[in-house]
Formats: sequence, structure tokens, C-alpha cells
Amino acid sequence: MHKAVEGFEDLSPEDKERLEQSGMMLSSENRCGSFFQADQDVRHTSCTYEGIEMLPTAEALKKYDWLKDYYWNLVDKDKDEYTRYVADQEPRGYTIIAKKGSKNIFPLQTCLFMATDDIQTVHNIIIAEEGAELHLITGCVSSHSVGHGSHYGITEFYVGKDALISTTMIHTWGEDVTVVPRSAAKLEQNSTFLSNYISMKPVKRVQMYPEAWLTGENSVARFSSVVLAPEGSELDLGQRAILEAKGTSAELISRVITRGGTVVSRSHIVGGAEETRGHIECKGLILEDGIIHAIPEIEGRLTNTSLSHEAAVGKIARDEIEYLMARGLDEEEATATIIRGFLDVKIQGLPDSLQRQIDAAIDAAEDGF
Amino acid sequence: MLNVENLHVEVGGKEVIHGVDLQIPEGETHVLMGPNGSGKTTLLRSIMGFSNYTVTEGRIIFRGHDVTELPLYERARYGMGLMFQRPPTISGLKLGKLLDVMAGGSPAKAYEYAEMMNMSSFLDRDLNANFSGGEIKRSEVLQLMVQQPDFVMLDEPESGVDLENIALIGKAIARLVDKDRHIINRHKSGLIITHTGFIMDYLEADAGHMLCNGEIRCRGNPREILKVIQEHGYQECIECTKL
Ligand SMILES: Nc1ncnc2c1ncn2[C@@H]1O[C@H](COP(=O)(O)OP(=O)(O)OP(=O)(O)O)[C@@H](O)[C@H]1O
Ligand SMILES: [Mg+2]
Repeated sequence: MHKAVEGFEDLSPEDKERLEQSGMMLSSENRCGSFFQADQDVRHTSCTYEGIEMLPTAEALKKYDWLKDYYWNLVDKDKDEYTRYVADQEPRGYTIIAKKGSKNIFPLQTCLFMATDDIQTVHNIIIAEEGAELHLITGCVSSHSVGHGSHYGITEFYVGKDALISTTMIHTWGEDVTVVPRSAAKLEQNSTFLSNYISMKPVKRVQMYPEAWLTGENSVARFSSVVLAPEGSELDLGQRAILEAKGTSAELISRVITRGGTVVSRSHIVGGAEETRGHIECKGLILEDGIIHAIPEIEGRLTNTSLSHEAAVGKIARDEIEYLMARGLDEEEATATIIRGFLDVKIQGLPDSLQRQIDAAIDAAEDGF
Repeated sequence: MLNVENLHVEVGGKEVIHGVDLQIPEGETHVLMGPNGSGKTTLLRSIMGFSNYTVTEGRIIFRGHDVTELPLYERARYGMGLMFQRPPTISGLKLGKLLDVMAGGSPAKAYEYAEMMNMSSFLDRDLNANFSGGEIKRSEVLQLMVQQPDFVMLDEPESGVDLENIALIGKAIARLVDKDRHIINRHKSGLIITHTGFIMDYLEADAGHMLCNGEIRCRGNPREILKVIQEHGYQECIECTKL
């Protein structure tokens, strides 16, 4: 029989470590707010930052009548079996509203924790009102004791005029966990959406294709993903930006490593308005026989759009390894140093504390190279 | 320091070095000259131990030990260093990060060297990515300063470098090979490939070797060899049967 997990303090040392690897801070120091959902129970929400409200979605829907227009608005309820399954459940997950002009320097953290072999569902709504700046870090973690389990997550991001949302998701799932996030973002005029995804641990299957709809002029979307697929992992990852308004731009960056796992790395930019720009950069390293299937798509719909992509998949070049060996590094050190560099994605516009968190999550996996 | 005996080297299935003998005593720095494609880079890279360079005959003795079969990184750890003519770009790997890894526990010195080589603002840049010709040379010298090899091979350190940077690089190389010390305190050795001899304005080379078609065709005073090439071209050396 499982003891109920009420909060971080009830977790075993192993699970605490897994949370930390997912960028979670167990004390609320340097975090402006914290949300914790264990399996299907919301255990903890707090937000101390003025102008930023964080509450369970079920509560938020009761409290704010207008929120129903944001609920199942960007993600279609009937999209597939997973969205339908989530729609049939009581709403779980969190809603965050960053009021006009509010800013958080320290990120809000949300933690979705699976303690038992079951299906966890969440539906998150994140709203940044005009001029607000909201930084969010989400740790998705399963207990080391979880065998089979599934996580279905809906997230809808609304980035208001002149607003910025950064979302950083670090996955620490188990080998037999299936993860199916469904998320989308809508960007108003001059807004910025930064979406970062890091997965360095084994997971059975992840399938997702988040979308950003750039409907406001001069808005900017940047997706970055850093992924390691160990043997047995099957990752089908995508990122899509639809440039619908004049002057919008998007950059989709992915770094993928396989150690025997399978990764489909999709990206798609639609240039559908004047003066739009988009770039896709997808780089894959095959360290042990596995599959990296990069599918970059650029779709221009008028003359005044400029879209490009670069994709490369292969092993580390011998001359790079030997260059470092000539400096006294042995083959293993040289390889690890090059891989760490390969995974080093610096995200423009991200606060240092979050960048450090991302770096730490990648460093933590370094021994696994 | 280094003793190369009757070295034959194959690259890409073709013999490029045909029996080279070369001796560089401790504390001496020699220059290596010769026309394009004569095998200079190949000779240096095979002494260093790169995998594409197959030694089919002969030996490389370094500090008294036969290193012909020793892996590249062990030769580096044993005291060999090489400045690359065309180093690869490693995207994502920051120059500063590499110096940290090389310096182990004492990176402070590395930053001091970076300052000396005018490379402080490059520490956050991807290794060699979009470095200009001169910046590549400065970065290479900087890495060697951190590595501190006992025997350093430099592949055309002055080519593509402007006058100001030549002085900077020249002086740094002189220090790398102990040329800033009194002759009795010199322990490090060097082998420098040069087409122009400009590097000799910053350090006096102890001897020169001239490589033609994979063979050493002439040895002696480096300035004299250079003078012959300048006045008569390489043909003189190719036809010369002195050796
Ligand atoms: N990997 C390789 N595969 C095939 N041929 C090679 C390879 N590397 C070198 N060679 C050939 O070996 C010969 C010697 O080349 P090397 O680079 O050593 O000349 P070099 O004397 O350094 O010339 P330069 O003054 O132009 O730098 C050339 O003909 C070159 O094309
Ligand atoms: Mg050469």
C-alpha cells in the first residue's frame, strides 16, 4: 500500500533526487510559486508573487467564468483519443494568470509527479496579460518505483500583447511510462513565446507536436528541444509555428542523441504573412545504433516570407575527436566533451537561473553518455 | 627529444612520406620547409599519431621511447603538441570550456593566457566557428600554452596573420619553445613549418630541413636554405644531390 504523497517532504530520497534532476527546487527559495500534483491529486499550490495567480484549473474554472473561453480553445477536445480521455475527466492541472504588466524574476515551478501505475491527466491554462513576463519551469517526474503509467497533458498558452512566456519542461519519466502532451500557444502582437524541452532519461514513449499560432504582428516563437533516447525509448517529437501575422518569426531548434532509441524529430513552419521569417535547425547524433528521423518542413505561402532549415544526422566526426585527443583528452573524454557541446543550446531571452537549470539537467545525464 | 628514423607514411592508400630521418635535440627548434604538397603536414600529423596516417616502415622515438604505436592522446600526454593548419570546427563546444577541460583543476592560468593572446572575448564562442585566419592561429597557440607540451609542432603559424598578430604569435611561440630563456635553460623543442621564414624574426631556429616529394633533400642553416629557395626556387633543392 502506498502512503499518500502530500508534498515534497513525503517523497523518498530517490524521488527527491529525480525531482531535482527535473529542475524542481524542493524549498520555495528562488521560486515565486509552486504547484504540485501527485497522480490525480493536486497537493499544493502557492504563489507569492504579486500580480501572478496560480490555482488548480478546476478551481479557476469555478472562480472565473470567462476562463471557459480559454478552456479547450487552442487544443481541440476531439483531436484524438487522448484529448477525449482528458476531456472526460474532472479537470486537473493548473491555471496561471499573469496580470497586466506583472513580471516574475524567479520562475514559477510546477511539478507533475506520478507515484502509482495509472493514468495521470492535466489540463493547464497559462495566460500572460498585456506586457506581463512569465517564466515557468515544469518537472514531469515519475517515481522510481512506478512501472507502467501514462501521462496525458493539455496545455494552452495565451501570450498577450507585448507579453512573454517562457516554459521549460524537463522530463524524468520511467522506462515504462507513456507521455502524450497536447499543447498550443497563441501569440498576440509583439509577444514572445519560448518553449524548451529537455528529456535525458529513459521513457517508453513520448508523442507530442506543440504548436504556436503567431496571430499578432511581430510576435516571436522559439522552440528548443534537447533529447537523449536510450535503448527502448520511442520519441515522436514535433514543434510547429504558424506565422499568420505580418513581421512574425520563429526558430525551431533541436538536438537529438540516440543511444539505441528511436526519435522522430519533426518541425514545421508555415510562412503565411508578409515579412515573416522562420528557421529550423535539427541536429542528430547517433552514438549507438538507433534511429533519428528528422523531418523539417518549411511551407511558404507568399513571396515575402523567408524560411530555411538545416538538418544533419550522423556520428561525431573523427577529426573532431582527434583534435581534442591531440590536446591530451582520451577518446572517451573527447567524445563526452563534444557531446556536451552539441547539447549546449543557449536560449535567447531566458533568465540565467533557468538556463542554469537546463544546463544542470543535461550535465546530470553526462555520465550516461 | 625527437628521433625519426626512416619513416614511411601512407595516407589514403598512397605513400606520401618516403623514408624521412629527422633529429631534434632537447632545447632546439627547427624549421621545416618545402613546396606545397611535399608532405610537411603529413609528416607532422604522423609524428603526432593521427589515425589516417599509417606508418609502414621506420620508427618515431620520442624522449627515448618508441612511440610509433602509441595512441595519439598518449603522445599528447607524453609531451607532444601540435598547432593545426586547419583545425575542425566543433559546434557547441566553447573554447573556454575546452580550456577548462584541458587545464583540469587550474583554469585561472588559462584565462591569463587568453588575455595574453587577446582571446578573452572568444572563450564563449564555438571552437573555431567563424574564427578568422588569424584568430584560429591565436586560438591554437592559446590551447598549446595551456597544454604546455615539451615538444611542439607548428603548422604554418604565420600564414594569414597580419603584422601585429605575427608579433603576438611569434613571441608566444618563442616562449612555448623556451627561446625566451638562456640557452642552457632551454628544455623544450619545436618543429615549425614555414614558407616565408617570418617566424624566425621572433625566434632563432637552430636548423632547417627541406622536404621535397616526401623526402628530406637538404638540411642546414635555415636562413641559408630560405635564401636559396628565394633566389633559385625549389628546383635547386629537388636537383640537389647533396644528401
Ligand atoms: N587524407 C589524404 N588522402 C589522400 N591524399 C592526401 C591526404 N592527406 C594528404 N594527402 C596528399 O599528400 C600530399 C602531401 O600533403 P601535405 O598536406 O602533407 O602537404 P604540405 O607539404 O603540408 O603542403 P602545403 O604546403 O600545401 O600545406 C598531397 O599531395 C596531398 O594531396
Ligand atoms: Mg600543409
